[in-house]
Amino acid sequence: MKYVEEFRDGERARGMARALQVEARPDRRYRLMEFCGGHTHAVFRHGIPDLLPPNIELIHGPGCPVCVLPIGRLDMAIRLVDEHPEVILASYGDMLRVPGGRRRSLLQARSDGADVRMVYSVSDALALARANPDRQVVFFGIGFETTTPPTALGIQEARRTGLDNFSVFCNHVLTPAAMSAILDVAPDSGDSVEVDGFIGPSHVSVIIGSDAYRFCARKYHKPVVIAGFEPLDVLQSIVMLVRQLNEGRAEIENQYTRAVTPGGNSKAQQVVQEVFTLRPSFEWRGLGEIPRSALQITHAYREFDAEHRFNMRYEPVAGTRGCECPAVLRGAKKPTDCKLFATACSPESPLGSCMVSDEGACAAYFTYGRFREQALVQQARQRAQQKAKRA
Amino acid sequence: MDLPRENSSFQAGRRQARKLDLANGRVDLSHGAGGRAMADLIDLMFRKAFDNALLDQANDQASFDVEAGRLVMSTDSFVISPLFFPGGDIGSLAVHGTVNDLAMAGARPLYLSAGFILEEGLPLQDLARIVDSMATAAREAGVLVVTGDTKVVERGKGDGIFINTAGVGRVPAGLEISGDRARPGDKILVSGTLGDHGMAIMSLRNGLQFETALRSDSAALNSLVGRMVEAAGPAIRTLRDPTRGGLAATLNEIADQSGTGMRLHEPDIPIRAEVRGACELLGLDPLNVANEGKLIAIVEAGAADTLLAAMRRDPQGCDAAVIGEVIDDPLHLVRMVTGIGGERVIDWLHGEQLPRIC
Repeated sequence: MKYVEEFRDGERARGMARALQVEARPDRRYRLMEFCGGHTHAVFRHGIPDLLPPNIELIHGPGCPVCVLPIGRLDMAIRLVDEHPEVILASYGDMLRVPGGRRRSLLQARSDGADVRMVYSVSDALALARANPDRQVVFFGIGFETTTPPTALGIQEARRTGLDNFSVFCNHVLTPAAMSAILDVAPDSGDSVEVDGFIGPSHVSVIIGSDAYRFCARKYHKPVVIAGFEPLDVLQSIVMLVRQLNEGRAEIENQYTRAVTPGGNSKAQQVVQEVFTLRPSFEWRGLGEIPRSALQITHAYREFDAEHRFNMRYEPVAGTRGCECPAVLRGAKKPTDCKLFATACSPESPLGSCMVSDEGACAAYFTYGRFREQALVQQARQRAQQKAKRA
Repeated sequence: MDLPRENSSFQAGRRQARKLDLANGRVDLSHGAGGRAMADLIDLMFRKAFDNALLDQANDQASFDVEAGRLVMSTDSFVISPLFFPGGDIGSLAVHGTVNDLAMAGARPLYLSAGFILEEGLPLQDLARIVDSMATAAREAGVLVVTGDTKVVERGKGDGIFINTAGVGRVPAGLEISGDRARPGDKILVSGTLGDHGMAIMSLRNGLQFETALRSDSAALNSLVGRMVEAAGPAIRTLRDPTRGGLAATLNEIADQSGTGMRLHEPDIPIRAEVRGACELLGLDPLNVANEGKLIAIVEAGAADTLLAAMRRDPQGCDAAVIGEVIDDPLHLVRMVTGIGGERVIDWLHGEQLPRIC
């Protein structure tokens, strides 16, 4: 298949793996964060860690839209459908399974009688509103810069066509703000994550452009290489990061030149600016309150803001006890460091958001099975230790 | 007294039937009420399409002699939406599904039953199309539909039509094909490209419509299995058709049943470019996608080449390939060496496959 098979070529991959063996200096570690959940998924789906020298460590970042939404925001949506029988909530599928406060998910609200529908895009939500003129259709807008322009266009279309029974519960968030938040944590706070460089997001960067990451190099002296989602893209971006780190450079480089430009998609940016404005602050699961890190609907389009239309109020909710999603999202812990992982929490009955979405680190660990090998290694080690003790 | 027989089975006695209005008629509750309308439907639609001597016995059951040996029996219900799709419909699927379940024991399928649950309002034209398609599929597979039943439910209580088929088949002597017989060293083969059926259906689903030339692979596999049994009979350990849950679920089932692990080689797994593309677009894994005309065979390593050659001679097996081997593994994992040379576990599908968000 054009533009996919070329980027999964085994021969080239082995070539890059050999290059990494040569270029990665044995006397140092390379801690590289793939910000985006799409990359986390690709890393495990293709078995990329098997091709890396042991001193190159991939740290999984918070770029999974479903994962970072705090429980309090999800509960707002659940309360909305519980209290307003006239509402049809249109949501992406993954969001339906995330447990909210008291572990109640939108799917459970639906089985209790609420009208919650799975949609694939904002266009589906608009179609629902057209087909149900006597109901209120609320689109549960989540996601980073990739999904924001379609939501903005949806709102503009609703206005243009006089679709006044449509509104958006906006939870769109911003990538650069989250990267800053990770880098801003003081090294001695116990919460910090040591990151030497970033594998930058693919689709997000198509919209915002590579220049949007300049602050990483300038303010934090961390290199960023924007990478495509295919395995060769990821491997090549790792080679580029290793070279930058070896040479002491911190630059914004673009591996994904077939889709990403320095300035990004200006048309998409303009639509977003017309419809959205920055929130002063927004809570992220795992990262806490981050100033200017999320979008809300502007005053000019306020009638399409579900928070305004239904007077929705945010109340923070404490996380599930024992769930390490917050630390996993910061990259501070691996999914296997969580006591609930693969015991109480699994994709069939997720306790934390990172186990729900395919892009969540916990789901990727579980689905592609790496933890099982590790569990075996651990068991073997324990047995060896016990044997040694007895001897 | 000439009372209508309270019997919805196809064997209800022959009588002078009236015409069915196929152009404009719809199923109504009288078609399941045991009266004349039901008898007409049975005579003019089902008996006409499935016409055979056993059905014509006109008793409450079909009666047939069996040869000595081992019989297998299987049943499956079909509740698919949409009812018609490129490459097939619920009728052909209902025949292929049960025929294939029988064939996966190495058996020659003999007889089928067909149970119909019709929703009030279903156009008779659609029903006729489905029944004809079933009859054609049965003829092509060499099985007879020898008994049947029809019921009608009120509008809103069905999805147009549900079909159940059950079947019996006879296993040739000397075969012992079962999911618990895979052994380390055995080879794993598939009969052709994976994911065609699931993606053809998904491309028609509400909200996901996209244009593709994809067709369902729905097909009867008994002739392919016949060739395989002839070529390598006793060396065949396991046969299974990877329907719901796809290759991933089926291999995990066999690994658990046999107490072994498996190792696949990603570049060797045949997947059409269109299926790969549609899966990439939606963020789905083709290994989890359903098939309706493919089988997985596990065979002693020494017979793998012979078996592969025999499979490739059959129209249903022309894209057959060896995709991996059974290995010793206390965790019973199905692993795959990826195209770039890494490794990953192929797990059961968790919940439903959902298109990704961005």
